[in-house]
Amino acid sequence: MTGQNEAIVAIRNLYKSYHRESLTVPVLHDITFDIADGEFLALMGPSGSGKTTLLNLIAGIDKADSGTIRVGDVDITTLTETELAHWRATHVGFIFQFYNLIPVLRAVENVELPLHLTGLSRAERSEHAEMALQMVNLSHRMDHYPRELSGGEQQRVAIARAIVTDPTILVADEPTGDLDRVSAEEILGMMERLNREMGKTIIMVTHDPRAAKRARVMKHLDKGYLNDNALQNPL
Amino acid sequence: MLFKILFRNAFRNRLRSGLTILGITVAILAFGLLRTVISAWYAGVEAASVSRLVTRNAISIIFPLPISYKEKLRQVEGVKIVSYGNWFGGIYISEKNFFPNFCVEPRTYFELYPEFILSPAEKKALLADRKGCIAGEKLAGKFGWKVGDTITLTGTIYPGTWDFVLRGIYHGRDETIDETLFYFQWDYVNETMKKKIPRRADQVGFYIVGVARPDLATEVAVAIDKTFKNSLAETLTETEKAFNLGFLAMSEAIVMAVQLVSFVIIIIIMAVVANTMAMTTRERIGDYSIMKTLGFGGRDIAILIFGESLVVTMIGCALGMILTFPVAKAFSHNLVTFFPVFNVSVKTLYLDVAASIVVACVAAVIPTQRSISIRIADGLRRIG
Ligand SMILES: Nc1ncnc2c1ncn2[C@@H]1O[C@H](COP(=O)(O)OP(=O)(O)OP(=O)(O)O)[C@@H](O)[C@H]1O
Ligand SMILES: [Mg+2]
Repeated sequence: MTGQNEAIVAIRNLYKSYHRESLTVPVLHDITFDIADGEFLALMGPSGSGKTTLLNLIAGIDKADSGTIRVGDVDITTLTETELAHWRATHVGFIFQFYNLIPVLRAVENVELPLHLTGLSRAERSEHAEMALQMVNLSHRMDHYPRELSGGEQQRVAIARAIVTDPTILVADEPTGDLDRVSAEEILGMMERLNREMGKTIIMVTHDPRAAKRARVMKHLDKGYLNDNALQNPL
Repeated sequence: MLFKILFRNAFRNRLRSGLTILGITVAILAFGLLRTVISAWYAGVEAASVSRLVTRNAISIIFPLPISYKEKLRQVEGVKIVSYGNWFGGIYISEKNFFPNFCVEPRTYFELYPEFILSPAEKKALLADRKGCIAGEKLAGKFGWKVGDTITLTGTIYPGTWDFVLRGIYHGRDETIDETLFYFQWDYVNETMKKKIPRRADQVGFYIVGVARPDLATEVAVAIDKTFKNSLAETLTETEKAFNLGFLAMSEAIVMAVQLVSFVIIIIIMAVVANTMAMTTRERIGDYSIMKTLGFGGRDIAILIFGESLVVTMIGCALGMILTFPVAKAFSHNLVTFFPVFNVSVKTLYLDVAASIVVACVAAVIPTQRSISIRIADGLRRIG
């Protein structure tokens, strides 16, 4: 939709509701949109509007009630739990608000973790992990445990972990939500570079208008409805 | 990588892991000691030879048999050797010094019991001295007896004070042999009785019969009892094993209680480990959700939780097993009269390990099932 690039993610008529006891809480209503290959999309909206829910559906860690989500050439709504797990391992990189590193693993081991699900040899794994850490300028913190790193550094390790498998899409849920201004800018700059220089497709949920400005496209969710007049960031 | 994670997880909370390990150590120690008490109880039965028969009065062990049976027993087909003796029941200085003491016909007796090892010189010295006696190594050690010492017993069944001269100290062929027994010459007791209470002379409490081949034991026993059928004192002949079991039967209920307690200990420690695992898994639910997000499967999560449970439990188990040996040794020193044979058996160690594995796995089942079934999205939400 941004022109030359074809859609890497195509979402059609997506519905999702949660069930709490006998109560049904509708969260997403008839969501339809495309994400182009190489896009940097910011998903905005008030708290409780369904942003995390939508992101989780795209990333294949939750199941929709109806509708389809095509990523690359796979309709992930048709996959079983096990198939989804395999699919996530190779196609999705995750960045969370609270970094979510494994506390008992050193930085480099955290980055290596997703590579254990690939067929890479031990040597290849550590080579890839070290390269990924280099990209986020953290080679010197390789052997540190998460608790020995600042929030910004931990988030950079998380970015390295997300890109180390060279996934089809990167999803980030409020990646700067827990960071101070300076660290946040650094993280955003890094994501921008991944998008611009390496062509990574990024879907980022954020509250922060300044973060959203870094993205090329913005979409708004409100009470589960997609606000159609998506803003195109002037480049 | 999974192993790295589970090992580091096991020691993430040092205090909690330490306390859990301590609990398991104590439980395995207690379990091991109770199992050792039980096997000590049965040690006599285990050590019993299948080629030895015990012939006693059919009415009760407290009624004697005439010495004249000796010759008739020898003539029963399949009998190789016959010895005999009486429970003497003498007291050494004070009743609390209890140890089993018997008068026996020593030449045949020690031939029938090759597991009691005496040097030829000691054996010769015993036979040469009417008042000679023999004590087990543990017993002699307990009272500090040396060969040549005079030991005085006060008779209960056989009135009077009796002086014996220690002519030898036997030791067991292996660890299962009782080294707390005390033997002296049947002839000495019998001759004394002849002078003092003639009607109680020439009586035997039990005959020990050695059969030519173990497989003949049952046949020979039947043949012996048939020989003395309708005589003044009818006999009851059993294998030594059955005879010893009969002695134990009365304490069977106590053994059952000890067995029960040993398993109750395992169930208690199971609850403790299950609680620890439930707590740690609740803390790690975010980690497990991340791993599932990255594409790790239920099997990987199961390895992490079962592995952590096994690491903690097996460390406790190993410490408990190591401690069992010195503690059992201290026990056997003090309880030598109750449990002459008090050794930690290989079977007990196997049981320790088996119990620990069961505890670890049972404790891991529910946390694993919970961690696997929780939806990733919900697991991740818990982190924030
Ligand atoms: N497991 C659940 N069970 C029931 N309701 C849920 C569940 N998860 C989310 N919800 C509800 O769904 C709605 C959307 O939640 P979601 O987390 O997607 O919002 P969000 O836009 O990400 O909000 P925020 O900006 O605060 O993170 C909320 O009203 C929330 O209470
Ligand atoms: Mg959210």
